[in-house]
Amino acid sequence: MILIHCPYCDEKRAELEFAYAGQAHIARPLDPSALSDEEWETYLFIRNNPRGRHHERWRHIHGCGRFFNAVRDTVTDKFETTYKAGEPRK
Amino acid sequence: MTRFSALSLFIKALGGHQSWPEQWPDAAPKPAYDAIIVGGGGHGLGAAYYLAKKYGITNVAVIEKGWIGGGNTGRNTTIIRSNYLYDESAHLYDHAVKLWDGLSQELNYNTMYSKRGVMMLAHNVHDVQSFKRHIHANRLNGVDNEWLTPEEAKAYCPPLNISSDARHPVLGAALQRRGGTARHDTVAWGYARAAAALGVDIIQNCAVTGIRRGADGAIEGVETTRGYIASKRVGVSAAGNTSVIMQMAGLDFPLESYPLQALVSEPIKPVFPCVVMSNTVHAYMSQSDKGELVIGAGTDQYVSYSQRGALHIVEHTLAAICEIFPIFRRMRMLRTWGGIVDVTPDRSPILGKTPVQGLYVNCGWGTGGFKATPGAGDLLAYTMAKDEPHRINAPFNLDRFRNGRLIDEAAAAAVAH
Repeated sequence: MILIHCPYCDEKRAELEFAYAGQAHIARPLDPSALSDEEWETYLFIRNNPRGRHHERWRHIHGCGRFFNAVRDTVTDKFETTYKAGEPRK
Repeated sequence: MTRFSALSLFIKALGGHQSWPEQWPDAAPKPAYDAIIVGGGGHGLGAAYYLAKKYGITNVAVIEKGWIGGGNTGRNTTIIRSNYLYDESAHLYDHAVKLWDGLSQELNYNTMYSKRGVMMLAHNVHDVQSFKRHIHANRLNGVDNEWLTPEEAKAYCPPLNISSDARHPVLGAALQRRGGTARHDTVAWGYARAAAALGVDIIQNCAVTGIRRGADGAIEGVETTRGYIASKRVGVSAAGNTSVIMQMAGLDFPLESYPLQALVSEPIKPVFPCVVMSNTVHAYMSQSDKGELVIGAGTDQYVSYSQRGALHIVEHTLAAICEIFPIFRRMRMLRTWGGIVDVTPDRSPILGKTPVQGLYVNCGWGTGGFKATPGAGDLLAYTMAKDEPHRINAPFNLDRFRNGRLIDEAAAAAVAH
């Protein structure tokens, strides 16, 4: 099982305590009614899905309950780093 | 190619089965083809076969980065069914089930398709209502599906625990009698053999590294680890790696790739007569002809290309299996493995044209692509040959994520597809 470092608890805990929450740094549109169909498609459905470095959100659901961001390699499943929500993309 | 028959088996048996020739040649890439299929799984090989057989396009290459059938074709739990809720899905999956019938005869290769029935268990009131709705919808679409009481379910599958104090009580079940299993490897091998006999080149150990587009944006060919191959028509049928290949053509796709795990037990005598699925507790099971119990789990939660998953997913599934079938509590498991499944936002596949002229795609089958193998191959071949989708796969286009005409099977069929 993967061990994940929660940047809030500052502890490495088992994956079972965490919930994956999809690709990170997707900004919610500020003026939704101004968006074109293409922009809605991109916001709602298009995902990076890279083979390699992936920025993603996790939630320490059975711990502090907070969302944070992580960089993980999708081929090895190895975490490069985790950082608090709101911090710049790493 | 030797045609398989009782006589040919008898003659070869006299020589101790030592003189069988290779079933298809291991081809080297030519500089150009009329059509290229990327991905040598059942879907891709099927598409190549139908291109050659139905549309006379025989100058075709199937390029596979590993060995054929070594991806999801050899990693699934071989379940075949078509009891999907929506009209579009029912037509798509039932098209495949109709082709499974007679496939062994058509390919002259035993795919071991066994219509042993697929039974889906209802564990709560919501399941009962939802399955009955499925049954009625299926009936209107000409797809067989019937409701069983707990006693009838037990009679159909004796190892089932239907006692009222069970952890996962069985309130009934939906049974599709035409559903069943097939031997997954033979589907890939059978299509490969039949396609090669019609002139298709099957090229293994040849990964696509780039897609070349002309000044007008149309496809010109693919760069591979074994050199450049030109073709005006390229069909991508690469399951979990579709996003990576589409990126090479400059296209972003609405796909996420997840590991999906399965496992088999030690082989035992025939004890399990059908396929049983439980969407609520994320477990499904059948018994292979070798005697192994074949068990499928839900997907892991994160995007990954690692072809393996976490043990707690397997534990969760086995806990449910032991509750529903107490007879198997002391079984030992032999192997677990994972495959990478490409999941779309609405859990329905994408099968058709792309914004790039000459580039076609068959992807997004998620956790349930094996059942669709002959249908997906047939429809991808049609789409590539005519440069327009067949009416069965027309709704499964890429545009639906922009215009909102989703085919949202996710809500209808929970985790297992």
